[in-house]
Amino acid sequence: MTIAYLSGATMLLHSLPSLLAQAATLPQGVDYMRVLPEIVLSLFGMLVMLVDPLLDPDSSHEVLGTISLAGALAALAATFWMAQYPGIAFYNMVRVEAFSVYFHVLVIAIAAVAILSSFEYLKVQGIRAGEYYGLILFGTVGMCLMSSAIELVLIFIALEISSISTYILAGFRRREASSSESSLKYFLLGSFATAFFLYGVALMFGATGSTNVDVISVVLRSGNVTVLAYVATALIFVGLGFKVASAPFHVWTPDVYEGAPAPVVGFMSTGPKAAAFAVLLRIMFEANAPGRFWLIWVSAALSMTLGNVGALVQDNVKRLLAYSSIAHAGYLLVAFAAQPELGTSAAMFYAASYAAMNVGAFAIVSHFANFGEKYVALEDYAGLGRRSPALAAALTFFLMSLIGIPITGGFFAKFYVLSAALKSNLVGLAIILVLNSAVGAYYYLRIIVMMYMREPRGTVPVTRVPAATALAIAGCLLLTLYLGVMPGRVLDYTVRSARDLANDTAAHDMARTK
Amino acid sequence: MNMDTLSPFILSLVTFIPAGGGLLILLIPRRDRDIKLFALVISILAFIISLHLPVHLHREAGAFKYEIDKIWITSPNIHYHMGIDGISVWLVVLTTFLTPLCVLISWNSIHGRVKEFFILLLILESALIGVFTSLDLFLFYFFWEATLIPMALLIGMYGHGRKVYAAVKYFLFTMIGSMFMLAAILWLYAKTGSFDFVVIQNAIHNGSVPGIEGASLWLFLGFFIAFAVKVPLFPLHTWLPDAHVEAPTAGSVLLAGVLLKMGTYGLLRFDVGLFPDQARRNAWWIMILALIGIIYGALVSLVQPNLKKLIAYSSVSHLGFVVLGIFSFTAAGLNGAVFVMLAHGVATGGLFMLAGILYERRHTYDISEFGGLATPMPMYATFFLVTVLASVGLPLMNGFIGEFLVLTGAFQARPIYGILAATGVIWSACYLLWMYQRVFFGALKHEVNRTLPDLNDNERAALTPIAIVALVMGVAPMVWLSAIDPAVQSALAPFAQLASKMVGR
Repeated sequence: MTIAYLSGATMLLHSLPSLLAQAATLPQGVDYMRVLPEIVLSLFGMLVMLVDPLLDPDSSHEVLGTISLAGALAALAATFWMAQYPGIAFYNMVRVEAFSVYFHVLVIAIAAVAILSSFEYLKVQGIRAGEYYGLILFGTVGMCLMSSAIELVLIFIALEISSISTYILAGFRRREASSSESSLKYFLLGSFATAFFLYGVALMFGATGSTNVDVISVVLRSGNVTVLAYVATALIFVGLGFKVASAPFHVWTPDVYEGAPAPVVGFMSTGPKAAAFAVLLRIMFEANAPGRFWLIWVSAALSMTLGNVGALVQDNVKRLLAYSSIAHAGYLLVAFAAQPELGTSAAMFYAASYAAMNVGAFAIVSHFANFGEKYVALEDYAGLGRRSPALAAALTFFLMSLIGIPITGGFFAKFYVLSAALKSNLVGLAIILVLNSAVGAYYYLRIIVMMYMREPRGTVPVTRVPAATALAIAGCLLLTLYLGVMPGRVLDYTVRSARDLANDTAAHDMARTK
Repeated sequence: MNMDTLSPFILSLVTFIPAGGGLLILLIPRRDRDIKLFALVISILAFIISLHLPVHLHREAGAFKYEIDKIWITSPNIHYHMGIDGISVWLVVLTTFLTPLCVLISWNSIHGRVKEFFILLLILESALIGVFTSLDLFLFYFFWEATLIPMALLIGMYGHGRKVYAAVKYFLFTMIGSMFMLAAILWLYAKTGSFDFVVIQNAIHNGSVPGIEGASLWLFLGFFIAFAVKVPLFPLHTWLPDAHVEAPTAGSVLLAGVLLKMGTYGLLRFDVGLFPDQARRNAWWIMILALIGIIYGALVSLVQPNLKKLIAYSSVSHLGFVVLGIFSFTAAGLNGAVFVMLAHGVATGGLFMLAGILYERRHTYDISEFGGLATPMPMYATFFLVTVLASVGLPLMNGFIGEFLVLTGAFQARPIYGILAATGVIWSACYLLWMYQRVFFGALKHEVNRTLPDLNDNERAALTPIAIVALVMGVAPMVWLSAIDPAVQSALAPFAQLASKMVGR
């Protein structure tokens, strides 16, 4: 791993002369506008850390939670401001465009919902709130940067910021062995995967002479593609495949999700994943990575099949949802095998609806888990439909969305991926997707069956849903419904940003040929 | 009221009134009586408004009536396109007719979670109507899937015995079947750029869909599997007896009365409507499966000790007639098929209600537990007899007209099919009348049965319309057929052209 880091440093040294040449002009004010959400998030993250020691640890949860929620909302506002200034910032490091704005909004919204659903959780589990909220905010900074960076080295740094935060967050139930196990496992395998990614970046630099996505794209499109570029693509895919939990790099997922605190699982199964998918979209499509088709094809088919088959036999709801997230990564990857424009918009839409339904589902799971996460077995959900009708109905709706039943976002997400695949003549992959969705229906249905068709077990306590959690769940519910009934506007936006992304590269090609 | 201004919205109104009412129930406090009353009012309101449809229907062949076509989603070109013709109009009315009766029959039989029950029932009604009114394939698929969850929950939450097994089996069978349909719909969209039924139909007819020659068989089969599961056609029928036996009475009534018709309606409208060539080419084995269904269903009914299972298998048999009629491609056959759909909906719906009434009193469906019931329950026995006779196909009852027409069509298509199907009529007389004899005649074998109360007011209110409609449909079938026939003729138009093409050769 050291070697990989060293090679990263070498790369920076190599590009130093050109950087220095550009640095003749210092970053302008508008450059800072283009990373405004990241700045806002970092400031609020620091604020949370600073305020934390001044407060009584027993009652600091609400204050700190409110501050970080305000931070997330401010960052959301900053994103809309940032969207007014499209363009490149910091010497070709960052680009603001429809694509990156979309993922900014998505990731920050996920963070906001995760913060909301943590209010109750932290209090019940007795977790110190300062570091927890700080890490969520800092991790979000990394994810935001991942979506707007067009420089592979910056992408790597952003990836590390987001990953390291989530490694720690996974271990926050300090007193539980399973949580420490989860954190350590995630850390070891995760850093291994990042090293792969960095190695791939290094080889890509070797193959194309640049770490800038646009330049790489121009070189790769010009026709002289070396073997090195193929190897680089494969290595980068390994690194990112781990982050999105796609097979065969998925084995960590169930253990980590089982041990990590439930709201964190909701966060890390959607936020870093969405950001990693954004990076994958950039590298695979915008940079036109060579030899990607079969890599993705095989990984998508494996993820869908292994995820669904694995989920069939799970008795722990968190593990079940972990396997389901592997399967969903597979569905999403199908879009990556399609034609760039179709695939990009389908993948973007999928990322948003998956985030809405999965964060919502985990918010309910974490409320229901209670102290020490005692109640996460499938059996514990028996009779929930009678004892807590609203919560059960909401969970049913999210599960319907995960199955892909109409009027939910999950349906349109799957639908767009499927139609992108069929338009690109990927009949084989489309059939695998269809069969897998049918298998998937079964295990989601098991939870619904448990909730509605089994007699309640008296020992499982059902507590009132606190306002913050209710707000989080309602937000996810509305978004899932909105995407399922009126997907038009979001879809138009994704189609437009996919076209932008394609045009960016086309413009570069033009510039080169001139 | 000016009918022209109303007509574009009437379909949306009929479709969404029940679901809207269901959502309103959410707001009503949990007082069971209020909820039941409200559900009854809503479902009767939907029925009355839906009567507007056949009354003002222009009964000529060709285009769809009461059409509404608005853009729903632009980027995949999805329209909110609804419209009905003489076939679907009666299925809509059948749905709205049966739902208030379901509310009545569930009045005293649902204990606990009453609110959820009626919400699910009303949402189910909306989805069912939507299936029959939508002309956009996407919209159709949306409603098709939307029927799935409420029905599965009704079976799983309010059923008895192995209800969870039955609910999951029902769900998975339908879900897997409809996945194939979705794939076929998406293929059509990828090639035509439209989900609109009329647009796609014209495109296929004009031969302007690239690659349709090679794909049409697979597309036909993709739709066919989804519909055949729902009908259910032998050998995909195994979910039906389980679902029926374990479902609550209202669930069974809607399942047999309307949900099965989704399959036959889909076959007629979409499978035959979009792929007439393939339908004709594959008709032979489909008709054989239908015949097997008719005879097999009847034979299994004959030996059923369980009253509800007997009625369930009789559905397999009756729905075989519908499929036989559709794939005979004769005017008589198709008219008959549509008429059997309606008649079966009324008669079998009634039978399930009657079985449910008995279950409430004795908590068993075992035929051997009964016998001599005509003495303690004379009114019940009368209603049962009327419904059984309607189902058997006694002349002047509704079952007769449909089956007669189907048999005529089957004879025209191929005499041996007609002969074999005709045995089905005889079988149905055997098993239904024998069952009636074992339940109602003879000596009272079990003491408990002596004190069984006869029908109460709710039950009478639910059964009277069934008996009246069964009789009226048998005496004056032209009221229904005059609307069905033009629609059937336009459905048959491509086959007439096909036939003349072949003759011309």
